[in-house]
Amino acid sequence: MREADGSLLPASGPSTVTGRADAAGRASVAGGRRSVTLVVGLVLVGLVVVTALVSLLWLPYPLSDTSGTRLEAPGAAHWLGTDKLGRDLASQLMVGARIALLVGLGSVVIAAAIGILLGLAAAFASGWVDDTLSAFFDIVIAFPVLLLAMLIVAAQGASLWSAILAIGLGMSAIVARLTRVLAKRVLRAQYITAARTSGTSWAGIVGRHVLPNVWPTLSVNLALQFGIAVLAEASLSYLGLGAPPPNASWGRMLQEAQATVATAPVGAIAPGIALVILVIGVNLVADGLRDVADPTRRSRS
Amino acid sequence: MTAPILELDQVSFAYRGGVPAVSGISFAVEGGRNVGLVGESGAGKTTLLRLLLGLATPSSGRVLFDGAPLDVRDRARMRQFRRSVQTVFQDPYSSLDPRQNVGRIVAEPLRSLGIARGADAAAQVAEALASVGLPADAASRYPHEFSGGQRQRIAIARAIVPGPRLLLADEPVSALDVTTRIQVMDLLAELGRSRGLTVLMVSHDLSVVAALCQRMVVLQGGRVVEQGETTAVLGAPREDYTRRLIDAVPRLPA
Repeated sequence: MREADGSLLPASGPSTVTGRADAAGRASVAGGRRSVTLVVGLVLVGLVVVTALVSLLWLPYPLSDTSGTRLEAPGAAHWLGTDKLGRDLASQLMVGARIALLVGLGSVVIAAAIGILLGLAAAFASGWVDDTLSAFFDIVIAFPVLLLAMLIVAAQGASLWSAILAIGLGMSAIVARLTRVLAKRVLRAQYITAARTSGTSWAGIVGRHVLPNVWPTLSVNLALQFGIAVLAEASLSYLGLGAPPPNASWGRMLQEAQATVATAPVGAIAPGIALVILVIGVNLVADGLRDVADPTRRSRS
Repeated sequence: MTAPILELDQVSFAYRGGVPAVSGISFAVEGGRNVGLVGESGAGKTTLLRLLLGLATPSSGRVLFDGAPLDVRDRARMRQFRRSVQTVFQDPYSSLDPRQNVGRIVAEPLRSLGIARGADAAAQVAEALASVGLPADAASRYPHEFSGGQRQRIAIARAIVPGPRLLLADEPVSALDVTTRIQVMDLLAELGRSRGLTVLMVSHDLSVVAALCQRMVVLQGGRVVEQGETTAVLGAPREDYTRRLIDAVPRLPA
């Protein structure tokens, strides 16, 4: 079963054998495309980041301000209108950006820290240690992240941090399994044997060869996980298991707007669009960064 | 009479739960006398190479370096060993880390063995690249920008940079096309002369062995069936198996 892991992934080596002039031509075409990807991604993520930063300094209305008319339509006083309690939706959306970024970053950091460590351990281990770890990853992965997160939050009580922890733990098994497969493939390469006969320590091999070679694929996956984490938090909040009020997460805004979606659709559309912007933006950035970091895609100067 | 650089003394090795891959192997690599290790696929050549490199520990028997047994726990001596015995691999695509530039790849033994760093290392890398016939600007480029033959030259540069006495080459030219093969063979022969480098070459190609090696060891089914001077073995093979290997070399019709 372990042998099969490598074949799941496309072989990257031999493809570089054919026509170098051709490769250089492709690289410059890809160069144009990837800079667009990266720029668009950065703009989208930047939009959310700037909104989050501004929300720290200034909000149109405090979150607890219910002075507005209930379910007001968008206008000069309330840009996106108000919710059913008369709170300003634009202010909630801005604070929600902060929470979305915090959840995304926090749970990806947790997932990466645990997942990469366990994945590397499994890749280096052989025999029953590897089998046990792999079985453990598979069992955890068999449960949807959201379900795991619900279990943990239900046990811990709803708070922003327990949501982040729960989502991060749920995702760490996915990161671990991916890291294991990628690292095993790298460890089979002859340049690892070459590193050993060059006297490089195992720590050096991990730092200099394994991590740089698994990172391109892993980083794209982590960006996907970022998006999943933001959506998972939104779902948790939608179910009332996310950050409690007055924290305005986009998920809870969606939930609260649900009852009045026919009369005040902006309350649901605005956080929905915000979620889409952030998730697409992060994915585009990851895609763009991977291409920039990969020497085989870099055009020759 | 100086001790051989590397010597196998009744070495056997079995993979876990498997039949022995090699058994009762004894031969020596003396300075200045290249050795060709020949045998079919599955004869145990790769296993033997792993034992010679200290990447695997023999189930029984001893691997002697400069006359004393190799002990992977003795760090200082292993460093000395790694410095003296370097490797070139069969596949020039898999043996170079795609994400490091050539300068870093070639500098790895210098850094890992604590031989040189920084500008000092860069100078030694440049010297090694020059002696394998690569341009100086190769150091800042990446492996994918080079052809198979050039990549094998990069691998050779990495192997010679710490100043080894012995080069273990695992089918170093079998992945290359015929003209490139001759160039890389010439390079190995030239390095042997200019640097006092002894080569132990694993190969299934007798013509390659005949061109480069003074001695040869014939391996079959994990055992040494014949060894001696290359001219003697090829001229008057004592074993059936060796004769069959010789007959298997394709010849141009007369």
